[in-house]
Amino acid sequence: MKLNQLTAKELIVKIKQKEVSIKEVLDHVYTRIEETDDRVKGYLSLNKDEAYKKAENLQKIVGTEEEKSYPLLGVPIAVKDNMVIKGGEATCASRILKNFISPYNATVIDKIKESGAVVIGKTNLDEFAMGSSTENSSRQTTKNPWNLERTPGGSSGGAAAVIAADSTVLSLGSDTGGSIRQPAAFCGVVGMKPTYGRVSRYGLIAFASSLDQIGPLTKNVYDTALLLEVISGHDSKDSTSLDRPVPKYTEALGRDLKGKVVGIPKEYFDERIDKEVFSKVKEAIKVLEDLGVSLKEISLPHTKYAVATYYIIATAEASSNLARYDGVQYGHRSEDFENLIDMYKESRTQGFGKEVKRRIMLGTYVLSSGYYDAYYLKAQKVRSLIRKDFEDAFKTCDLIITPTTPTKAFKLGEKTSDPLEMYLTDICTTSANLAGIPGISVPCGFSSDNLPIGLQILGNYCEEESLLNLAFQYEQLAGVREKKPDLF
Amino acid sequence: MEITIKDVEYIANLARLKLSQEAKDEMSSDLKEILEYVDQLNEVNTEQVEPTAHVLSINNVLRKDIQKSSLSREAVLKVAPQASEEGFYKVPQIIE
Repeated sequence: MKLNQLTAKELIVKIKQKEVSIKEVLDHVYTRIEETDDRVKGYLSLNKDEAYKKAENLQKIVGTEEEKSYPLLGVPIAVKDNMVIKGGEATCASRILKNFISPYNATVIDKIKESGAVVIGKTNLDEFAMGSSTENSSRQTTKNPWNLERTPGGSSGGAAAVIAADSTVLSLGSDTGGSIRQPAAFCGVVGMKPTYGRVSRYGLIAFASSLDQIGPLTKNVYDTALLLEVISGHDSKDSTSLDRPVPKYTEALGRDLKGKVVGIPKEYFDERIDKEVFSKVKEAIKVLEDLGVSLKEISLPHTKYAVATYYIIATAEASSNLARYDGVQYGHRSEDFENLIDMYKESRTQGFGKEVKRRIMLGTYVLSSGYYDAYYLKAQKVRSLIRKDFEDAFKTCDLIITPTTPTKAFKLGEKTSDPLEMYLTDICTTSANLAGIPGISVPCGFSSDNLPIGLQILGNYCEEESLLNLAFQYEQLAGVREKKPDLF
Repeated sequence: MEITIKDVEYIANLARLKLSQEAKDEMSSDLKEILEYVDQLNEVNTEQVEPTAHVLSINNVLRKDIQKSSLSREAVLKVAPQASEEGFYKVPQIIE
């Protein structure tokens, strides 16, 4: 039996019962990576030496009293390459951070290390998390394990693909406009964006500070709940982190759903949604009815403005956040330049890819004198209305259901010639980031050509327990998980 | 909604980017397309609406002004493109 195929929950049992050693687990995972990653191309770097060293140390804890304090003891975890690990590379798949070795750990990295998880490598992403297909990586294009000619989604495409390929057991990604949930849907895995502020952003290389969140990508909902427990919590180093206790999310799974109301927003079920996606999501809604929840048609009237709002706010924040890449303190510095300003211009022009430049330009424009009110301020006001849509909706329902994406995974190269076409793949996911509410994508079926389709569940602020509970019970009843990609 | 080459050059200068002529042309048409799309926000009545800069209701998180440990100068300069022996970043001359 291949240990890399197990879930974190299953693996931890085997490790603690001494059925397998942590070293063996790593052997199986690294073998699987060797077998598949030349085709999937999910990983940018592996840290075998460190991982095996960690395994050796962790093995000593197995069977002792201390074991209890390690909820993820020995579990391999892949990390999107926009989170920093001390002594390791963090490239954001950008030339501007090529060879950048971080001098410190992200808070989530400290947390997962303390929990006993073993970081096995860094995964590919769209450069600086800007993209929906992982085609904007300056390093390599990750493929969807279900069909290697298709995108795994983005920007956490690598993190999602390696879960689908069983070349890791857990993954950490980041979500700014849907970058965890959309690849989770395309790759047939579970992916969750927590409430804004639930997980510390310290050590997450910033894209859009009011939207970014780190979250889990896993094989099932239980593992997401488990990983979320570990990474959540207040952090004094992140002034935007929530100072609220972290519930035991795993204990929320299986609670009674009687009386729960699930809202179906009509704006998410129109002609922009592909027929096959529509039909699978409708099937999923029937399963929810079988679980005993009541359904209610609701309206989120400002949904159609979400993508426009997002692309003004996110690019504005990105233009500010990426101003730090100027060749002075870290990253790429041009070899030739005439003066200081020229050094900035040359370094940045050489270091940033096309999409990143496009977004920086757009962001700079919307913040520039004379345009700030018309664009940025306006977008922030529409954002308030989008938030209010959800606040109103949650007065009459507990959770909201939508498709995660308007289509199944598109072909590589299909949407790269028109930036706007690519941006529109985010229509179902960006609202949650704008409002700051949590959202999860769970697999809900396959298209006729065997591509995964995702169901999105959205919850109110800090209602992760409710969200995970519904997702878990749906997953148990629907049984979609049983299939695996035919990767040899 | 016109985004001229001059506009592109102005923005690129603000953003500290250099674009080739071809890149400028492409950028001008990309920006035009995207800005036309986002213009739909003008349909929305936002007269009485407060902007949301942050979704959480926390403001100005402060800590006591006491010196704490941080990254060592050595660790920080290790990743610098150019550092001097005395422990500073090396950059082109700024002041004439």
